[in-house]
Amino acid sequence: MKSKTSLALPYRLAVTSRVLAAVVGGYLMASLAAICLALWMPTSRADAVITGMMSSFVFYLLAVLWCFACRTAWRAWFGVMLPSAAFATLAGVGLWMART
Amino acid sequence: MKEGFRQAMAWLHTWSGLIFGWLLFAIFLTGTLSYFKDEISHWMQPEVQAYPLDSARSLGVAQTYLQQVAPTAARWFINLPDDRDPALTVMWQDKLDPGRRGNFIQKTLDPVTGQDVQARESMGGEFFYRFHFQLQMPHPWGRWLSTIAAMVMFVALITGIITHKKIFKDFFTFRPRKGQRSWLDGHNAVGVLVLPFHLMITYSSLVIFMSMVMPAPILASYAGDTRAFFNDVFPATNNAPAQGQPGKLLPLLPMYEQARAQWDGGHVGRLGVNNPSDVNASVNVFRASSDNVVHEFDSIVSFSGTSGELLRTSAGQSLPAIIGGSFYGLHMGQFAGPVLRWLYFICGLAGTAMIGTGLVIWLGKRQLKHAKSGVMPFELRLVEVLNIASMSGLMIAIAAFFWANRLLPVGFAERSAWEVQTFFMAWGVSLLHAVLRRGRQGWVEQLSVGALLFVAIPLLNALTTSHHLGVSLATGDWAMAGFDLTCLASGVFLAWAAWKTQHRAAPQTRAGRARSLTLKQEAN
Repeated sequence: MKSKTSLALPYRLAVTSRVLAAVVGGYLMASLAAICLALWMPTSRADAVITGMMSSFVFYLLAVLWCFACRTAWRAWFGVMLPSAAFATLAGVGLWMART
Repeated sequence: MKEGFRQAMAWLHTWSGLIFGWLLFAIFLTGTLSYFKDEISHWMQPEVQAYPLDSARSLGVAQTYLQQVAPTAARWFINLPDDRDPALTVMWQDKLDPGRRGNFIQKTLDPVTGQDVQARESMGGEFFYRFHFQLQMPHPWGRWLSTIAAMVMFVALITGIITHKKIFKDFFTFRPRKGQRSWLDGHNAVGVLVLPFHLMITYSSLVIFMSMVMPAPILASYAGDTRAFFNDVFPATNNAPAQGQPGKLLPLLPMYEQARAQWDGGHVGRLGVNNPSDVNASVNVFRASSDNVVHEFDSIVSFSGTSGELLRTSAGQSLPAIIGGSFYGLHMGQFAGPVLRWLYFICGLAGTAMIGTGLVIWLGKRQLKHAKSGVMPFELRLVEVLNIASMSGLMIAIAAFFWANRLLPVGFAERSAWEVQTFFMAWGVSLLHAVLRRGRQGWVEQLSVGALLFVAIPLLNALTTSHHLGVSLATGDWAMAGFDLTCLASGVFLAWAAWKTQHRAAPQTRAGRARSLTLKQEAN
């Protein structure tokens, strides 16, 4: 990271990719996690929503840390999108159950 | 990024801290000042006189005034004087307009005579409070930007803790007069010393605007109907609409007393009257937020305005609402008495110092490499200019804001707006100065100007008002005296900082000499 030679274009692209994964992917994951909490918490609807919103920032933080701690930029995306997909599935089931 | 976890976290800490550091410095400093919002307003509007508190009299005065001036308004609000804020303010809104905000007319009344107080027009401490989260940007962009900055702060804090593994051992190591090492020790010490405060203040700032920045759960759970969510959370805002038949509003005092009895003697923050001239008039009595640590969004007792009948008291809060309210209440610190308030202020300053030292360290480390050549690359110079303007420049801007308050004539048109203009003009001039002057000179000159401006504020106050330190200390007007003394202390601190910066200039002048040498060589 510090040596001049590593500041080549691929390195910069990888860093940009990680930043995008952290900011955009992280927000997506945090939002989906919050939706899951809001739909699945066994409390009143308003309380579940408050809990979801309040804890979403911890998910966001974890996603950001992961994106910069992992080995490659691909892993960063993978590590953010996999839980996002899981949360999205859970949220979808929750929404479907709320409708029926 | 192969060097391992801690290095990766250090990298993240460094860069997130750098990019948002300047903004966070301003947010932290203005937020710290906001803990003394009322006291600053008191200094900036010395015409508002403090009387021994008498809520019954104040309430009567406010109701008589509003019934004369705004009988047909859609809403009234009455803010009663309290320990910190001696002003009795009334606000009214002629027409309800849910799409727009802030079309209120506001007046400050003398709680004894009931006359309009002819105070100088000024935002007072409200300016810092608003700037702290709105950043002088149009709604809602400032709130978004400040919340994004809060998220970055959260990331920087946690990565800082991870980076700094020997957190408690290192805390007892302070190596003064070691240049870069001392800055790092200082950064770590202020960071760790008030770490609980930092975590609380950062996370709570995210919670405060969570329904704006994280709306997904509301949208999903309420099928896009945000209003339904807010009606669930704040049922108190559902007051009956006007019927269109004239009615007579009863005196507000018995309702005020009944509300206080409901709260076992708790205090009233403000009263709201909806449709005061209608049969369906309703009165909402809001509990003072200084009563509890946990901020209750819904601590309201509602009455019918024409029959005086108790309509509704708020039920207790659920656990998630209490947790959210605690974050809110702890961030605002409205429950804090004088000692705790000063502690908040000191913690806020420590946070500001942590951010400032971080920015200085970033530059200092990289400058070392270029010290020999004496030529600074563009990006380092940019950081240097922004460091100077965002730190010492902001100090100058704050002092200029106070000076404008005392020097602009009381009857000046758009006076309050001009105070704010002065703040930003002074800041802009500081930026320009930082661009034109070389690093260390820029620091020393700006710190010196800031020191002069702050040290002279008690003198300025004595020359322009009759509330100088001799008077305020003798009459026990602690807010007024405290303001003057704090400005004096800030000035002394800035002078010390300027002196220190100047004094440590020796190695830099060597570099400067080297630079002039290289320039000469290039010329040759």
